[in-house]
Amino acid sequence: MSDITSQSLFELTSNIKEKKLSSEEITKAFIDRAEKSKKLNVYVTDNFEKAIDQSKKFDSNPNFDLKLPGIPIAVKDLFCTNGVRTTAGSKILNNFVPTYESTVTQNLWSQGAILLGKLNCDEFAMGSSNETSFFGNVQNPVGENLVPGGSSGGSSAAVAANLTPVTIGTDTGGSIRQPASFTGTVGLKPTYGSCSRYGIVAFASSLDQAGPMTKNVRDCSMLLEVISSFDQKDSTSIDYKRNCYSKELSKDIKGKKIGIPKEYRVDNMPDKIEQLWKNGISYAKDCGAEIIDISLPHTNYALPTYYIVAPAEASSNLARYDGVKYGFRSPGQNLIEMYEKTRSEGFGDEVKRRIMIGTYVLSSGYYDAYYLKAQKVRQLIKKDFDDAFSKVDAILTPSTPSSAFKIGEKTNDPVSMYLNDIFTVPINLAGLPGISIPAGKDKNNYPLGLQVIGKPFDEQNILNISYALEDKINFKNDISDWWLSE
Amino acid sequence: MSIDLKTVKHISKLARISIDDEKANKLKGDLNNIFELIEKLNELNTDNVQALTSIAETTLRFRKDEIKSENIRENILKNSPEENKDFFVVPKVVE
Repeated sequence: MSDITSQSLFELTSNIKEKKLSSEEITKAFIDRAEKSKKLNVYVTDNFEKAIDQSKKFDSNPNFDLKLPGIPIAVKDLFCTNGVRTTAGSKILNNFVPTYESTVTQNLWSQGAILLGKLNCDEFAMGSSNETSFFGNVQNPVGENLVPGGSSGGSSAAVAANLTPVTIGTDTGGSIRQPASFTGTVGLKPTYGSCSRYGIVAFASSLDQAGPMTKNVRDCSMLLEVISSFDQKDSTSIDYKRNCYSKELSKDIKGKKIGIPKEYRVDNMPDKIEQLWKNGISYAKDCGAEIIDISLPHTNYALPTYYIVAPAEASSNLARYDGVKYGFRSPGQNLIEMYEKTRSEGFGDEVKRRIMIGTYVLSSGYYDAYYLKAQKVRQLIKKDFDDAFSKVDAILTPSTPSSAFKIGEKTNDPVSMYLNDIFTVPINLAGLPGISIPAGKDKNNYPLGLQVIGKPFDEQNILNISYALEDKINFKNDISDWWLSE
Repeated sequence: MSIDLKTVKHISKLARISIDDEKANKLKGDLNNIFELIEKLNELNTDNVQALTSIAETTLRFRKDEIKSENIRENILKNSPEENKDFFVVPKVVE
């Protein structure tokens, strides 16, 4: 049997069910490795002691019918966990201990999973490199001083470094798929309305979705099956019949029509990305898929639209952090001064920037020019996809316009940081499902991803296409454990 | 168009985030760069486009008005920055 922490979720659940491994053995293996991996800075809060207790409890009375039997899982620190500190990577929530559980994490525990701890992320999920976190940047296990992507950077690094078998992240403009691409892992953003947003620290409510981040496509299907559910507590949760994604997983994509949008060929895109994209296209053909050239004419307008819609929603959502009911408070002579000092000291620079953008575009006299305009363009972007999906079953694109960059390289230029998300943002604006799978490596040996975009609620289809492509691509991450300490 | 220092300070007031002059100047530069990106939308004529107001295309559900949780006062106050029995405490607002 291979080393415990390098096993996939599928292998671990099989080994538990066949009683080859106990939950305690598995949990301890991940904790031991985490203790030696502090250099990566993936954990904001660990839950190790309780996790061992829970694993012993599982072993004493195991239920092998569950989908995640005794499997330890660390989650992004954006999910509220009852009794375990939840910070959203922010000073303003540094001392916040939720008294309730998010629906998505509850779904994990209900299927037998055990909380390992809370993973680092960009502050309020605003960032593409995990550098805006109050708890410091995360190292990408792929190489030293390389960002792991963001905002789910602690999550992507933890999966790539074998510190958790699988994890869940959130994706508002690419925060699952971009870090997955940067770390050679798999990340899926489900259709808007698939996974409940209840108990997830809100960033931009019309865009936020939780999703699985895993080592491979099969694990991704297993985890999606657990976290996707209809929830009365989220008014935008959609009641539809969800697939048994792992059972229906198939490499048979014969006859599937896959669209290739010409607008995703952008200036200054490295040749290697173009090449991996072409490889992906020919693999899809080899599998019997039909390739169709398509156009998504408003692609270039997605990023500007996103930078109106997302900050506008964020400025409203983050109005609740006022130092009154929970979180950090900075004392003031009067109520207004307390608000202003609390928010000034409690939020980091990127969050303040976005609150300011949002406040401005929603302020009196500017609403029509910015917010309403953006909502109209969002309609056009959605229509692009509607038109495309009348001709094709799925769309194949690169996940990101570059591979992982150095820590500090883009922190002084917000716009260059935002450009990381040009291929992922349109999917959130249109509410579609998208998955990033490892496609190969660039000249520095850094991973690059391909994105498969599907019709609403067609997660099974993009999982199947990814499963077929994964088999052909045969990606090996080959991460040396450079960060390990004794 | 460009955002001047006065506007930055006005927005910070609206957002209830106090900023000093140095930060305001830095923010002014950042915001102008970001709005340069945003202004690209003006290339598009959207006169006859209906704004997208909901991505989920469902109408909001009604639910019965039922009490589901009880005695959660303690839970609600648990994370309060300053404790005083059954209330949230803020600086004096009435002179």
